Amino acid sequence: MKHDTRNTAVAGVIGTALLLALGALLPKWLLFLTTMSAANGIVSLGIVLMMRGGVVSFGQGLVFAGGGYAVALFANRLGVTDALLLTLAGGAVAALMALPFAPLLARYRGIFFSMLTLALSMVLYGVLVKTDALGGSDGFNMSRPTLFGMRIADAWSGYVLYAIAVAIAGALAILARIYFESTRGLVSLAIRENELRVAYLGASTTRVMTANFVIAAFMGGAGGALAIMALGHIEPNFSYWTTSGEFVFVSILAGHYSVLAVFVASFLLELVRSFSSAYFPNTWQMALGIFLLIVIRFLPRGIGSLWLDWRKHRGAGA
Amino acid sequence: MNMLVTILVDGITYASWLFIVALGLTLVFGVLKILNIAHGSFYAVGAYVAATFVAWFAAWELAPWMSIVALLLAAVAVAAVLAPLTERGLLRMFYGRDEVLLVLVTYALFLILEDATKLVWGANPYFVSAPYSLFGTVPVGGQSYVGYDFVLVGVAVFCGAGVWWGLNRTRIGKVVLAVIHSAEIASSMGVNISRVYTFAFMFGILLAALGGALTAPMISVQPGVGVGVVIVSFAVVIIGGLGSIQGAAIGALIVGLARALAVHTWPPAELFSIYVAMAVVLMFRPEGLFKQVQARKI
Amino acid sequence: MSAILCARELSKHFGAVVAADQVSIDIAAGEHVSLIGSNGAGKTTFVNLITGYLKPDHGEILLEGRDITALGPTQITQLGVARSFQIPQLCAEMSVLDNMIVAAACGDGALSFWKRAHTQATQQRAHALLERFGLNAHAARRVAELPGGVRKLLDIAMAMTHRPKILLLDEPTSGVSTEEKFPMMDTVTAALGSEAVTVLFVEHDMDIVTRYATRVVAFYSGRILADGTPARVLADDEVKRYVTGTAH
Repeated sequence: MKHDTRNTAVAGVIGTALLLALGALLPKWLLFLTTMSAANGIVSLGIVLMMRGGVVSFGQGLVFAGGGYAVALFANRLGVTDALLLTLAGGAVAALMALPFAPLLARYRGIFFSMLTLALSMVLYGVLVKTDALGGSDGFNMSRPTLFGMRIADAWSGYVLYAIAVAIAGALAILARIYFESTRGLVSLAIRENELRVAYLGASTTRVMTANFVIAAFMGGAGGALAIMALGHIEPNFSYWTTSGEFVFVSILAGHYSVLAVFVASFLLELVRSFSSAYFPNTWQMALGIFLLIVIRFLPRGIGSLWLDWRKHRGAGA
Repeated sequence: MNMLVTILVDGITYASWLFIVALGLTLVFGVLKILNIAHGSFYAVGAYVAATFVAWFAAWELAPWMSIVALLLAAVAVAAVLAPLTERGLLRMFYGRDEVLLVLVTYALFLILEDATKLVWGANPYFVSAPYSLFGTVPVGGQSYVGYDFVLVGVAVFCGAGVWWGLNRTRIGKVVLAVIHSAEIASSMGVNISRVYTFAFMFGILLAALGGALTAPMISVQPGVGVGVVIVSFAVVIIGGLGSIQGAAIGALIVGLARALAVHTWPPAELFSIYVAMAVVLMFRPEGLFKQVQARKI
Repeated sequence: MSAILCARELSKHFGAVVAADQVSIDIAAGEHVSLIGSNGAGKTTFVNLITGYLKPDHGEILLEGRDITALGPTQITQLGVARSFQIPQLCAEMSVLDNMIVAAACGDGALSFWKRAHTQATQQRAHALLERFGLNAHAARRVAELPGGVRKLLDIAMAMTHRPKILLLDEPTSGVSTEEKFPMMDTVTAALGSEAVTVLFVEHDMDIVTRYATRVVAFYSGRILADGTPARVLADDEVKRYVTGTAH
């Protein structure tokens, strides 16, 4: 049986609640790791959403940085510091940034789409590096976020940010699952397979893709907001092509069948990054590269497909 | 007037090494239909191997002019060793798959090579200054420019002309052109496609490594030199048109001159101008200025 | 009888090739029209022009009096013109049922950000339509695994999902074995049922043409050579020379 909407929401809420409870027991470094996984996972989820339509964006850094810088400015210059509000704001600004480009992007496929998204993110990078008012290539620090009007005590800041990131990731994961199962979600998959057919069935492929891009941008911006709140610092590197590349890595590793797989993959990336830096410096990129090759070669539909095939095997097909 | 000359010399110098690199990238795409992200990594390896060879030659107390030979040998060594390994050992597994998938494979390769160079050469910068001073200085319009820069321009022109001549005037070249046009048809006419692929890839990597080796004396060779090259060479190739030699030349000139202009007149534009050009070309003429590939739009 | 579809002086050139040469035709509602002609005669070009895949160099196309010449495939489909393809255009990795659900989801107003694609209702409707085409047994199978005849029927079934006013079938029986052709066309005709759908089908097999068409239009070199009842058109000397090849 396919997921029922109610079941999905319930499972999501329970899962999130469990993670929140678990967080009280975790050491600081693991809390931070999970916070970053959640934040970055949201960004990668945006790429997966676009991938379901058959295109791979190499420029998610654009909205990641866009949302991040907007949020940092809101906090520092406008005094808006509520974490939840900032996350929403980051997503909204990113979505607005993408809006003028989305219909244009919707007309491209294949490497031209990937290269166009790459170019756009590098334009932002180029502008940010040279904008001294925003700290140039060093970027700048962001003032501490608050929650519901209250300052977050230093001792608790790790857990509070973790809780916010996990809660928002959980909520977006549930919404993403609902979207994947919706008519638009199914038609996106159909566009990936045969867009001529979809056009000849009366659906506007450009409209579906445009909507996908704006939603993905929102996710990029929201993830960016959470990431910079956790890091306390923003810099142009957020928009550099190698940052976008990491999000793509997570998306390919996860595949586009399972929302949960995206966060698992994101967590794996953060894990490899920290352990590698600590014990085997100068190998974490190599580990990623090898991982990526293995996935492309042997598990081309991502780790999410393992879960999908397992469910099918148990006679769970529709 | 002086400013104009400076911009021109700067721009053309920059364009020269960029062209050598972009030429390799566009050739690999033209023949194998692979947009190789790791191209920048081979550039970096070329620079590192050049640094090593120059140091060895100096240690063996060879004549200073031999340092140029060291640079050239470095490029050849990289191509001879890494290219067949990469093409046969890795890329071959993915031929025929989706073009974006192949880009991802080369991205994985890029990640691996980034760390591989760090493991072999360490994280500290290398300086390869010996060759740079070999050609003295050249006065142009009242300003003094390094002779080496002009040699670089000469090498770029030589490479461009050489590749053009090789493709259009030799038998092997005609075969390669046939494969560029359609591998399927060429293969059914008896062409050994896999040999052409290996050869083309090797040649492309040779150019990347040559770009790195020749640029090594002008920069400090350290981790990350390849990263910026990837994205700039992509911009050149997209602007000029994937698979086109003239495109690589014109694209390199446009990017080189735009950058030089920005650096000397409006520095903030230095970086983003290149990518704005890339985005604009993709939006209005995705096949590039010299169309070879049809952009898949609906 | 007012025409449901009008083409006026449609012309299309590809360089020196004249694919459509001032083609004018009126199709009345409910007709079953067969388009015949040798390869390159302009039948598929005509279908592509009508469905918005190609834009004519000159001329216009009217659907129920409305000018649709400048519209694209999506809009024309939304106005009630559906099409199947010579090489079936399907989502190969999805199941037959999923393909039908996709077809249903593409309908006007059905695209939603949150409404589930797979519900009791959508699945029942999909199964019902598959039943009419005799495809229900294959519902759970992946399209890539299906034989050619089944895929052609699925292609047509998908086109029928939104009760089109005009159904264009591009060589519905090509690639289908001889003994399967008649049963297949019978299935399609039965599935059309009591709905007064106007059907245009491109066909090479004259047995199919005589049996299922109420009207035949013969193309040659981008022009209409003959237009009338099957008996009259197939007996025409020019048609015999240029199309069916039975003249001597």
